[in-house]
Amino acid sequence: MPELMQFLFSGVTVGAVYALVALGFTIIYNASDVVNFAQGEFAMLGGMIAVFAVSAGMPLPLAAVVAIIVTGLIGIGLNKLAIEPARGAPVVSLIIITIGAAIFIKGATKLIFDKQLHRLPAFSGDTPIQLMGATILPQSLWVIAGAIGVFIGLWLFFTRTLIGRAVLATSNNRLAAQLVGINIKWVMTLAFSLSAAIGALAGVLITPITLTSYDVGIALALKGFAAAMLGGMGNPKGALVGGIVLGLLEAMTAGYISSQYKDAAAFIVILMVLFFMPQGLFGLKSTDRV
Amino acid sequence: MINKTLTTKALTGILALGLAGTTMAEIRIGSTLSETGPASFLGDPEAKTLRMLVDEVNAAGGINGEQIDLIMYDDAGDPNRARTFATRLIEDDEVVAIIGGTTTGTTLAIMPMVDEAEIPFISMAGAIQIIDPVQPFTFKTPHTDRMACARIFDDMQARGITTIGMISGTGGFGSSMRDQCLDIVGDYGIEVVADERYGGQDADMTPQLTNIRGKDGIQAILNPGFGQGPAIVTRNYSQLGIDLPLYQSHGVASQGFIDLAGPEAAEGVRLPGTALLVGDQLDDNDPQKSVVLDYSAAYEAEYGMPVTTFGGYAHDAFRLLVDAIERAGSTESQDIRDAIEATDGLVGTTGIYTMSPEDHLGLDISAFRMLEIRDGGWMLAD
Amino acid sequence: MRISSKQITLLVLLALIAVAPFFFPSSFYYRVGALVFINGLAVVGIVILTGYAGQISLGHAGFAGIGAYACALAPAHLGIHVGLAAILGALISAVIAYLVGRPILRLHGYYLGVASLGFGILVAMVLSNEGQLTGGPDGIAVNDLGLRSVLNDMGLSLTNSEFWYAFSGLTLVVGAWLALNLYNSPTGRAWRALHGSEVAARTVGVDVARLKLQAFVISAVYASIAGSLLALQNRFITPEVAGFMHSIEMVTMAVLGGVGSVLGAIFGAIILTVLPQALTVFAEHEMMVLGLVMMLVMIFMREGVVPTLLRFFRGRGE
Repeated sequence: MPELMQFLFSGVTVGAVYALVALGFTIIYNASDVVNFAQGEFAMLGGMIAVFAVSAGMPLPLAAVVAIIVTGLIGIGLNKLAIEPARGAPVVSLIIITIGAAIFIKGATKLIFDKQLHRLPAFSGDTPIQLMGATILPQSLWVIAGAIGVFIGLWLFFTRTLIGRAVLATSNNRLAAQLVGINIKWVMTLAFSLSAAIGALAGVLITPITLTSYDVGIALALKGFAAAMLGGMGNPKGALVGGIVLGLLEAMTAGYISSQYKDAAAFIVILMVLFFMPQGLFGLKSTDRV
Repeated sequence: MINKTLTTKALTGILALGLAGTTMAEIRIGSTLSETGPASFLGDPEAKTLRMLVDEVNAAGGINGEQIDLIMYDDAGDPNRARTFATRLIEDDEVVAIIGGTTTGTTLAIMPMVDEAEIPFISMAGAIQIIDPVQPFTFKTPHTDRMACARIFDDMQARGITTIGMISGTGGFGSSMRDQCLDIVGDYGIEVVADERYGGQDADMTPQLTNIRGKDGIQAILNPGFGQGPAIVTRNYSQLGIDLPLYQSHGVASQGFIDLAGPEAAEGVRLPGTALLVGDQLDDNDPQKSVVLDYSAAYEAEYGMPVTTFGGYAHDAFRLLVDAIERAGSTESQDIRDAIEATDGLVGTTGIYTMSPEDHLGLDISAFRMLEIRDGGWMLAD
Repeated sequence: MRISSKQITLLVLLALIAVAPFFFPSSFYYRVGALVFINGLAVVGIVILTGYAGQISLGHAGFAGIGAYACALAPAHLGIHVGLAAILGALISAVIAYLVGRPILRLHGYYLGVASLGFGILVAMVLSNEGQLTGGPDGIAVNDLGLRSVLNDMGLSLTNSEFWYAFSGLTLVVGAWLALNLYNSPTGRAWRALHGSEVAARTVGVDVARLKLQAFVISAVYASIAGSLLALQNRFITPEVAGFMHSIEMVTMAVLGGVGSVLGAIFGAIILTVLPQALTVFAEHEMMVLGLVMMLVMIFMREGVVPTLLRFFRGRGE
């Protein structure tokens, strides 16, 4: 029983990390059909900027805010400088642009900061919380709370606000959206800044657990992308559930079957889910455009 | 036809660009290191060390009055790139010797090249197959991971530990050391009852550690790996409140590891390391003391960060090469190779090197010192 | 007589291979050339899958891994020659592509992307984890192909670099020729119909599932042979060949150059293979420049370099 609890805690912790990154994909995808492969770099930036702000003497909360704002601005810059000028390009070209952006951001971070690994102090200490013979770190609760908070925020945004619906409308039909007076440029800018900010928030929250360096972005993006696809791309609920399920799968496989093949087990489950549900767990049944 | 001329022009233009920067110099030494990529914890201090030492030697008048030109490439830990850069160093830059091969994979990719071209090559990677069987032109400076295992098992034996669990990284370093440890562990009367793995980017190893802790009679845990993995294992260890001795590998022998894991979590961790981390604790008549302290002081002054064992490997590789060129009195590759093989009693940070035609490492296990982390710093354990 | 665009492509390719060595400042560039051709071969496979049939794969390096490790393992365990091992690898890749392709090609867009990505990662993981068989992350040695010494005996003496330059160059020409023939075949036309609109293709009686599978299997064979060539040239191989980054690299090469055309894809392979060599002069800035080039090409040449340039010159000609 304590073993199972420990595996659960581990799975939820890691799953919340994946979920936070997966949630970041949601807005840009909804606004433009583009899976932004630089999303992992946003998380990396959040962590790195916060680390260096703290080491420059800033208190942690202020450093976190600075990291989120700066990364949000970088998101806007990415949209203005690289995505907007390529408007009308095929989606696959836009994806390559985001991969190029990811490489660029990584290279710039390496140059501006350094190549070392870094860690942020945990927000509320390192004393583990004991529960039913298992332990969880307070920082894990921060990450889980962050994932749920971002999920609720996004859900309200897409269902309750006019802007959120405008984003959804833009993805459904760009021309129609324009006709009803939605400013697409503005929607895209908003989408990139919000996604970047969510990514940075994720980076700040997870760095005390995962550590960070200039090149952690790609691995985060990969797992976040897989989680988002498992849940159904574009749906915040899918991102949250997909992330947690992926984390639990890994932890349970590591605990009960084989730690060597835990990532393999996760991908096999994703393949099987997609076989029966080709749009992921919560994806919308889309119709082919004829 | 427009296309053809365009592409060839573009091609040659770009290629010519790549040639710029290789200027005239007296002694041209090549290097391909993993400055970026998954092995950058190793490659970065290696590259920094080489640059610093070349400047130092050149400022002091060079080798036998000739200046050194160092040509360095970053292979990002990819063996295919390492091979391409080694080809470039040999065929395009026409270097007389190569220092490089941060990882075992990149080193093994370079070895057939240097053998064919007959260029001396000093690797900084761990695996035993680099020097066993001996290849005429390949040397290396770090201890083998087999020696690291032996040193750890010696220490376990001395503490009466007979039942252990292992948790190894799935990267090249962790896998290779795991295999070597499993290979020789039987010689020490020690039984491995748990053999868990983790990926290089994993965020939480509590499931693996929970399983290891649950094994009957477990007395200690060994963690071969480098990068963030061992730091996270160490933090998870303290999260779970496991009070068994924890052994790390020489892959994390740097101050950075203590900072990442946190001094409290890292307290009591043991690993086999070199004299470099405990220079000021060495006996005054220890021949390594001055070498180690000089290198540490210079590195910290130059880069403002503490030295690591890996930078030390590069330091030793460079010293071996300079020493060989000085003794050979020649910059012919064959002469340099012969001189490296005749190295006798060269004091490095890792140990004291004495090469021979049968031994292209030239170190024995005595140069490995068992270190323990106490109060956030490295201490000699015995 | 008017020459077809197929003949132009092949002529350009042959001329490129034949003329480029006259500009090589040292024999090292034969190595770069050989890598360009090997990457080009894999990318031609991507053209068939993505450019012709409109399907995406983020896991094709998995097939390169199968081809590469077949060359390392089959001679040791089955006692066959490495040349045969490469062919065996291609067959295995085809069979695996058939088995994997059947379920995952029902998926669309990003879902197909993540499923193929999962496949590639599984292959890389097995190659890395099964160290007893594959040598693990540190890699494994590969036997010499032996063709160079045969040529030597026949009086054609080539250095190792020259041999691999010529051999992979010729393989690429054959691969390109096959791909161009496919483009104009009934299958090729059906692929293009499928690419245009899957629903429309289905309504006019095209067997969509079979067509997708064909493209997937054929492109897997291209990737597999490219992997074999890399293993044979390096005589050493590591699991990186099957890695996620290698898969992404293949797709990026194809899209940068122009995924719709064989020549474009090969041009993409040239860019991404030569660029890192040229960028060593920028040392610390290498990554930034590489990322910047990728973004600029896609912003200003959104269909890829070659199609954009072709349009530019045609536009001026008229």
